[in-house]
Amino acid sequence: MMKSFKRRWFLVAGVLAIAIGVSVPVAQAQQPIKIGHSMSLTGGLAGGGKAALIALQMWVEDVNAKGGLLGRKVELITYDDQSSPANTPGIYTKLLDVDKVDLLIGPYATVPTAAIMPLVKERGLLLMGNFGFQSNAKIQHDMWFNNGSWNDAASWSENFFLAARELNVKTVAFLAADQEYAQALAGGAKAIAANMGLKTVYDQVYPPTTVDFSTIIRAIRAAQPDVVYVMSYPNDSVGIVRSVNEIGVGSSVKLIGGGMVGLQFAPVMESLGSMLNGWVNYHFYVPEKTMEFPGVKAFLERYSKRAIEAKVDPLGFYLPLFDYAIGQMIEQAVTATKSLDHKVLAKYLHENEMKTIVGGIRYAKDGERAKARVIMIQFRGVADKNIDQFRQPGKQVIVAPAEYKSGAVVPFDQARK
Amino acid sequence: MRLRGSPFWIGAAATVVLAAILSLSGVNEYFFFAGYVVLQFVVLATAWNILAGYAGYVNFGTAAFFGLGAYTSVVLILSLGAPLLVQIAAAAAVTGLLGFGTGLLTLRLRGIFFSIATVAIIYIAETLMMNWRYVGGATGLQFLRPLPMVPFETYTRMLFFVMAVLAVIAVSIARYVESSWIGRGLRALRDTEEAAECNGVPTLRLKLFACTVSGALMGMAGAPLPMYLSFLEPASSFSLNYSVVALAGAIIGGTSHWVGPAIGAILLASVQQIVTVTISSEINVLVVGVLLVVFVVAAPEGIIGLVKKLRRPRAAAGNPS
Amino acid sequence: MIFSFQLLFEAIVFGILLGCFYAAVSIGLSVAFGLLDVPHVAHPAVLIFAAYCAYLLGSYGWDPILAGLALMPLFFLFGVVMYRFYYETFEKRGTEAAVRGLAFFFGIAFIIEVGLILAFGVDQRMVEADYIGKSLTFGEMRVPLRMLLAFGVALALTAALTLYLSKTFTGRAIKAVAQDEPALRLMGANPVRIKQWAFGIATAVTALAGALLIVVGPVEPMLDRVYIGRTFCVVVLAGLGSMTGTLAAGLILGISESIVLMHFGASWAPAVAYALLLVVLGIRPQGLFGR
Repeated sequence: MMKSFKRRWFLVAGVLAIAIGVSVPVAQAQQPIKIGHSMSLTGGLAGGGKAALIALQMWVEDVNAKGGLLGRKVELITYDDQSSPANTPGIYTKLLDVDKVDLLIGPYATVPTAAIMPLVKERGLLLMGNFGFQSNAKIQHDMWFNNGSWNDAASWSENFFLAARELNVKTVAFLAADQEYAQALAGGAKAIAANMGLKTVYDQVYPPTTVDFSTIIRAIRAAQPDVVYVMSYPNDSVGIVRSVNEIGVGSSVKLIGGGMVGLQFAPVMESLGSMLNGWVNYHFYVPEKTMEFPGVKAFLERYSKRAIEAKVDPLGFYLPLFDYAIGQMIEQAVTATKSLDHKVLAKYLHENEMKTIVGGIRYAKDGERAKARVIMIQFRGVADKNIDQFRQPGKQVIVAPAEYKSGAVVPFDQARK
Repeated sequence: MRLRGSPFWIGAAATVVLAAILSLSGVNEYFFFAGYVVLQFVVLATAWNILAGYAGYVNFGTAAFFGLGAYTSVVLILSLGAPLLVQIAAAAAVTGLLGFGTGLLTLRLRGIFFSIATVAIIYIAETLMMNWRYVGGATGLQFLRPLPMVPFETYTRMLFFVMAVLAVIAVSIARYVESSWIGRGLRALRDTEEAAECNGVPTLRLKLFACTVSGALMGMAGAPLPMYLSFLEPASSFSLNYSVVALAGAIIGGTSHWVGPAIGAILLASVQQIVTVTISSEINVLVVGVLLVVFVVAAPEGIIGLVKKLRRPRAAAGNPS
Repeated sequence: MIFSFQLLFEAIVFGILLGCFYAAVSIGLSVAFGLLDVPHVAHPAVLIFAAYCAYLLGSYGWDPILAGLALMPLFFLFGVVMYRFYYETFEKRGTEAAVRGLAFFFGIAFIIEVGLILAFGVDQRMVEADYIGKSLTFGEMRVPLRMLLAFGVALALTAALTLYLSKTFTGRAIKAVAQDEPALRLMGANPVRIKQWAFGIATAVTALAGALLIVVGPVEPMLDRVYIGRTFCVVVLAGLGSMTGTLAAGLILGISESIVLMHFGASWAPAVAYALLLVVLGIRPQGLFGR
């Protein structure tokens, strides 16, 4: 009979009905303020993502201890996006339509963020960016505010080439991953190199899933460049450093590194150890004497305790500072405007200076910093399997810009002896 | 089996009307976001079954056709700013052509060799798109969606309705193929290709037809994807997941009848979406694997087979059915 | 694009090392699919599973190669059980079940993959060992020690299996069951037990190959999808059932990948195995040494 067919249909219909029912909004009591985001808790970016989450959780606890925002408790809703842009549109749609969050923080890093920019622009939502590089360049959303301390594509790379000037270089090799971050960076870097009169002897784009770099490193060595500018994500960064350590990149190379994400994560720094010596790479904060900002040391001490408990990056120099700053910016804007309306908050963020533990932040029209602060550091005298050595100055020497410089850049081969 | 036209067409029309009413109602937005995916798999499973269930050629390359359908839309959006219907039509044409090519493969390859070749097609298509800067390469592209057509509030609701219509079209085509001389010929060649040839069945033409139609429908399912996500990149568009879920949906539902893939896809994809929302997106892949293995081992004829078994005892006892 | 004979030579050397490794990871499939006709698409998933097991043992201080050897008996049993289940459920029941057998193994592959993700996350995992990270210098060329080790073990494994199949009684029975099962039955041997044994050996070999995999590079759960192409390419190119063919095919694939990587760029390398597979299927489906 048709009965068992119907039974099956009822089962399916019932299941669907439950799904719809789950999403029916609950009566608005003294509801907490929900801030939703996805974070790379697994996948290539997890080394930074897990640390960032701790910092955000610390902010939520701090703000709730003071009585919350607008008299309501703050609740952070987090999903793991596995460092993949394929997952973020679904997660943010769920945050908006099922969890019904009040405010959004972006996923960590450029690649997962790129996938949701059209979504937030279409729905006219405020998005607090979390280290997305040039994420707003194509979309031009007027409610995007990035926490990173760079602004345009060139600002990230110019200090690398500033260091290069000191080493008397003529040729350059580019190695970039085929993904949003590296490709955006490559554009800016190549323009600077061209202006400097450097000749490009090698230019390779590799698929993000590449694991073996020995062939590429061999090809770079054959091209004999003076400078190698690498734009990579954590897994590739590690693979490239290991490969250079294994088979060498040739005696011609005086300067290598630049745009490698991942060499700022404490677990990576610990596992690579002395392989890092000589590499010059970007950063935003290192404990050198030239960068002692108020409030940073106190935060890092508190953070470190929690991170060690959670078995996560114990140093906290990279994302945690800036993710806590996101929380502080939200707190300042919401408290000042007494509103959760995205347009009102965006107006406030555009017009005022935000006070955070990474200093004052003023935004330009495109939602990026008005003034960039990207430093280039060179790893020196790093020993194996020792994470605490990085707490002292001298292991990550700031070689550019002049404003924060704590040491002159040393040619790659020399720094590795 | 005799074709009773009117109940089916009434059902089909009712489905379209229901989809329209739902998409204009106040139901939560996420329902359409998830519902689109469920309907998409109805099309994919039905399309897969036209070749695999009727003709016996197991195509693992569903993801290739699906992804190429999406990328055809991308090319049309970038070059002409073409509207959705044109994108769907073009995707059907391109993937139909690929389907035709795949059909020619069947001349030389049988059984598992054909299936392995179809897996190869996925990765070759993905690598080609990864190396084509115009469509974004491995980095991918972002899209700003145009305003939805008048009665629909959001683009997602409109796409939900469009996909419902595509599902009805796919199922109608599958039903037609199954009950016509084409279906009979396909079933003959599934059983023994040589014997069918000897009996005058035009096996090559039938295989080409099945491959082309199957491929075109899969491409149509992929065409709205760029606009659905407003973002497209090769790794997830050509994911092997699409192939396995389409296959699993058809096997779970039952491959012998056109209603099987539809039921199986609705059940499987709905469970996946519910699990994604309530538990995690990882477990939803586990659901597919486990259900596939369970059905393949215990209930090889799928849900249809189970239903038939439940009916038989009653018939045997002499009850009026 | 930089061209130089030095680079080409290095690419070929690297290709040979890589190719031998590809042969080792595919030889299990050569037995399972080539000789026993089992549509074992879950083979790459078992390979990755073995790699993760080696990683687990590595976190207790085990050397990866030793871990691989230790895993072999466990994986042998795993293979025996898997084949027995497959035989009872599908092979006994005839050709209609062939499609379902294929679907079954795809389901198993997915379950293994998701199981690994749930247990270990999607992060890449590596092992540490003395020979990982060092290289030997030959003039201008520096060859990574891990590749040389993988090459050596792979060669030994292939040679051992080839000898086993041609010199021992059980080995020859395995080849016989592939060629003519009724004849074997008439000679008094039980074909099901022989096939079970063979599948167990194939899985055990894959365990060691999995350990090699994690020596050669980092592993992640989705790696099995990349290796479906490579292993089936090698097996089909070799010709079903030929062990020496597997070595030759592995070398061809390794060298082709290496040369494409060097001269056409890294973004084309993933497709080499699949393109080669299609070419072989189109021109000479029986492979190089096929029966």
